[in-house]
Amino acid sequence: MDRFAWTSGLLELGETLVVQQRGVRLYDGEEKVKFDSGVLLLSTHRLLWRDQKNHECCIAIPLSQVVFIEEQAAGIGKSAKIVVHLHPASSNKEPGPFQSSKYSYIKLSFKEHGQIEFYRRFSEEITQRRWENMPTGQTFQVTKDPQAGRTRAIGIVGIERKLEEKRKETDKNISEAFEDLSKLMEKAKEMVELSKSIANKIKEKQGDITEDETIRFKSYLLSMGIANPVTRETHGSGTHYHMQLAKQLAGMLQTPLEERGGIMSLTEVYCLVNRARGLELLSPEDLVNACKMLESLKLPLRLRIFDSGVMVLELQSHNEEEMVASALETVSEKGSLTADEFAKLVGMSVLLAKERLLLAEKMGHLCRDDSVEGLRFYPNLFLTQS
Amino acid sequence: MHRRGVGAGAVAKKKLAEAKYKERGTVLAEDQLAQMSKQLDMFKTNLEEFASKHKQEIRKSPEFRVQFQDMCATIGVDPLASGKGFWSEMLGVGDFYYELGVQIVEVCLALKHRNGGLITLEELHQQVLKGRGKFAQEVSQDDLLRAIKKLKVLGNGFGIIPVGGTYLVQSVPAELNMDHTVVLQLAEYFSLSFQKKGYVTVNEIRSSLKWEMERAKQILEHLLKEGMAWLDTQAAGEPQYWLPALFTELYSQEITPEEANEAIP
Repeated sequence: MDRFAWTSGLLELGETLVVQQRGVRLYDGEEKVKFDSGVLLLSTHRLLWRDQKNHECCIAIPLSQVVFIEEQAAGIGKSAKIVVHLHPASSNKEPGPFQSSKYSYIKLSFKEHGQIEFYRRFSEEITQRRWENMPTGQTFQVTKDPQAGRTRAIGIVGIERKLEEKRKETDKNISEAFEDLSKLMEKAKEMVELSKSIANKIKEKQGDITEDETIRFKSYLLSMGIANPVTRETHGSGTHYHMQLAKQLAGMLQTPLEERGGIMSLTEVYCLVNRARGLELLSPEDLVNACKMLESLKLPLRLRIFDSGVMVLELQSHNEEEMVASALETVSEKGSLTADEFAKLVGMSVLLAKERLLLAEKMGHLCRDDSVEGLRFYPNLFLTQS
Repeated sequence: MHRRGVGAGAVAKKKLAEAKYKERGTVLAEDQLAQMSKQLDMFKTNLEEFASKHKQEIRKSPEFRVQFQDMCATIGVDPLASGKGFWSEMLGVGDFYYELGVQIVEVCLALKHRNGGLITLEELHQQVLKGRGKFAQEVSQDDLLRAIKKLKVLGNGFGIIPVGGTYLVQSVPAELNMDHTVVLQLAEYFSLSFQKKGYVTVNEIRSSLKWEMERAKQILEHLLKEGMAWLDTQAAGEPQYWLPALFTELYSQEITPEEANEAIP
């Protein structure tokens, strides 16, 4: 910890912030130090730590001081850590919190996670050594001299060798997985090519493939995650799976829709359904494709898309235009309302409240007053008092 | 002697050949469909084998996930298109991203009243990690971006705005054009270079972007209307337009119980 220097925390000209992470505690070697809760910042030039409670307390170390870094996995009750091995402090280092230390490494403990991303960026920065190309205003010690490397503490060379072996082992595991993945992708690519060829034939022949076969083809595409190259309006983009899903949704959403005034945004539906499922969740596209089939399957719900692009599910019995009439009454009673205010009054989400007011405006019942204070709706007196 | 290629006979022959070719074409397509069915079964087996060896790798390693996604994209496959897809079912990637989608929606809803529906990827990352708890799988910013790209299809206004090396995530259907984006990027640049900043003024915009007064004011007022900017008229000097999304002091604030209530759509 004696390599750290006090700093204002301001970035220098030419220095860029790369990543930051809250909830980091520092260790001097194996020992905890009083810097127990701070924001860790990585820039192109330095590693900084600022106390979360006292922003004035900020320390930094130049990246040129770093020999290498390694990850230490989390354990029961122990956060994941990054171990940072350091060169000895330079004689002209600025003053810092520690005059001396018996360790040549520090640990960064990620109490609120974030270590994987941070480690990745940290590795990149010490590999790229961008600080060498972008000298900044302050005087940092830049260890460029290879001779200086020879005078490192003896233990470090041994540690480096061990780390290199460990890296090779990890690399081997990753490269095996990567190799297997590449082979798998080759096979997947063949499937993509085949599906393109089939799609072309379908396009050219138009009536010659049976409906059954088209549905089969679409389900193959769905399994592989290949976009449907042939969208025929008569069938839509749905498959048997989506038809089943549509029926399931109709069953499960009846009550929630009734509880919410007959209308829900598709995002709400997505969260509700997936929270209920727990496993084997629906993708957003699954949901949309299933909803598109609701009307043709004559189910008691329907998909509606507002001008703004917002997508909702409505009960067939729900009539948004009638709701507009009652919205007009509510707005008239209060004189004027914003979407927020209306939402609170009626007990609906702000998103849908806004859509209802916009629809009322489109139908000519409301007028808008658009100012920096927000968007406010008034009854359309032009219509009623003409 | 017959001259080839001319005469009624030749025309009829040609027509017959065409018809046969067409017929063969239909058979070929059916053949290909049968072939695809067989290959699909084989692929499923290969994928199962891959999953048994490397499913953990995908689960634990955000870096491997990135490689996996990039390779899929290169060959034209979307492993996240459907929960019913092989990739999702056998590698479990689907559930991971779809659940992340739900968590992202909840965080954005909870914080919307603070930041107008605009949040940095960093803050979103912090809050999602907090919500997932200590023992959950690691989630990277790349994972968040992919989950958000999928959420877009629900028509909810989710969008990703690049600002100076990171991203702002928009979670409400508000119209933000090039001018708004540029101002957000400028504000982000200020907040990085001068730490603790988080606001812009009309004059800063005019001098940095060389815009006229009207244009700068209009853009800032739109952000105000959307709740993405707050106005401080009592600042020394000229009025300051604060962007809560960039106001790092707010990061330390937990999501309150009231906000959490808002989060359940």
